[in-house]
Amino acid sequence: MAAPLGTSAFTEETGQEKQDTQEKDKAIPPERAEEAKLKAKYPNLGQKPGGSDFLMKRLQKGQKYFDSGDYNMAKAKMKNKQLPSAGPDKNLVTGDHIPTPQDLPQRKSSLVTSKLAG
Amino acid sequence: GAGGGNDIQWCFSQVKGAVDDDVAEADIISTVEFNHSGELLATGDKGGRVVIFQQEQENKTQSHSRGEYNVYSTFQSHEPEFDYLKSLEIEEKINKIRWLPQKNAAQFLLSTNDKTIKLWKISERDKRPEGYNLKEEDGRYRDPTTVTTLRVPVFRPMDLMVEASPRRIFANAHTYHINSISINSDYETYLSADDLRINLWHLEITDRSFNIVDIKPANMEELTEVITAAEFHPNSCSTFVYSSSKGTIRLCDMRASALCDRHSKLFEEPEDPSNRSFFSEIISSISDVKFSHSGRYMMTRDYLSVKIWDLNMENRPVETYQVHEYLRSKLCSLYENDCIFDKFECCWNGSDRQVQFLIVMTGSYNNFFRMFDRNSKRDVTLEASRENNKPRTVLKPRKVCASGKRKKDEISVDSLDFNKKILHTAWHPKENIIAVATTNNLYIFQDKMN
Repeated sequence: MAAPLGTSAFTEETGQEKQDTQEKDKAIPPERAEEAKLKAKYPNLGQKPGGSDFLMKRLQKGQKYFDSGDYNMAKAKMKNKQLPSAGPDKNLVTGDHIPTPQDLPQRKSSLVTSKLAG
Repeated sequence: GAGGGNDIQWCFSQVKGAVDDDVAEADIISTVEFNHSGELLATGDKGGRVVIFQQEQENKTQSHSRGEYNVYSTFQSHEPEFDYLKSLEIEEKINKIRWLPQKNAAQFLLSTNDKTIKLWKISERDKRPEGYNLKEEDGRYRDPTTVTTLRVPVFRPMDLMVEASPRRIFANAHTYHINSISINSDYETYLSADDLRINLWHLEITDRSFNIVDIKPANMEELTEVITAAEFHPNSCSTFVYSSSKGTIRLCDMRASALCDRHSKLFEEPEDPSNRSFFSEIISSISDVKFSHSGRYMMTRDYLSVKIWDLNMENRPVETYQVHEYLRSKLCSLYENDCIFDKFECCWNGSDRQVQFLIVMTGSYNNFFRMFDRNSKRDVTLEASRENNKPRTVLKPRKVCASGKRKKDEISVDSLDFNKKILHTAWHPKENIIAVATTNNLYIFQDKMN
């Protein structure tokens, strides 16, 4: 019989915090202790928790400032990783060649069938 | 059984995916969803691929287990793109899959990445026409002058072929990243939600979409919260909810106005100000919202808990379940390694039950997943691991030791593997079969029969 072990995780809607404060009425709540730890490590951390800096970062996921050199380098590395069986890329831009849009390697989607289907 | 569902004994049934520990990024599973009958189970991954499994018909002689799930179809749903105008990479990762109810022989599903939603038709072909007059069997055309007699082409059986084809592409309607899609109970429209906006679509129309929620502030500096999930009510076709990064849920009625910026209801649990910390808002961010099948309740998942809300009570949830409270004293390191931003999903048990029991399921770390029985108020922690893969062997409950003396068979918090996250789980709509996704493997568990 798979009798569930341990204490019930169910709590009344008066809040899970109550459990903590009951146990450690005089001690610092665990969240505050963790906050103190974080502030000790990163004293310059923004005063406004979860404020607009954090959200802006979330909204800009994937944003890149375009630099053709960096872009090519990154794509070449990524392309090699995703297609380990592919030979040396003939279109790899090297040396003094000025990249043009045609030279930018198109990110290839995964050509391999998902391993879930294997 | 006749009693409540509180004594379901879960057994390992199947596991799909590679065994090796070196996980390719493309193989990371990003969504799992049963169709309305439970016969089909779809997964999406970071590589933009969809794999659909089909339950084999129950074998009358094999009464000890329900049908196994085997690969039915697999296709590349989305490909990576680059938005040259914004210098933005568009990931091919499948964020969500939602099935349409079956109307004819074919199956339809919606799959979405960050920017584009696609309607896929999955159809079977088990016969093909043979005996054309003007075409050879290999496709070459015959010279009409060589034809001396006519014949009528006939259909002959062939090996079953399952084809997936994109029927609609719903693109260019989202500036920000799509986190949710939800099909309306009218089965004609659906919504898609990104960080700041929610759009309403008609399944037949791809060149037009209605914006129904817009929380983008005039000045982006004033941005304080984003939309994290959205879902249509299961029965009321004009009602939907959306959750936020601040832990609130808004219920909107599309009959009230064209732009539903003013909510009909606002669900929010009051916070104890003395408990507020740097982490409070981050861990209150809701990562998933799911209506119950009746539509009377909804469930939300935030970083540490699952909350059940009664739609008639806005000021607090009716129940709160702690998923992994022991992590509250680890928030500092979870913030540093970004785990505090992990988006866990949650799900209800299937709807088609005679007995009125309700169980919720959600994932955790160390490949643990949790179930909470609303009737008995009991909970259990189980593990998705290849070590437990003997069919019909009941899974052994797990226990995490938060502090103090660790008992035998318990795992201490510091030993938990935070790279082994179970973010996506799904429950068969009618039977006690669950699909649990670890990073790159899909586990299927069934309740022990007999």
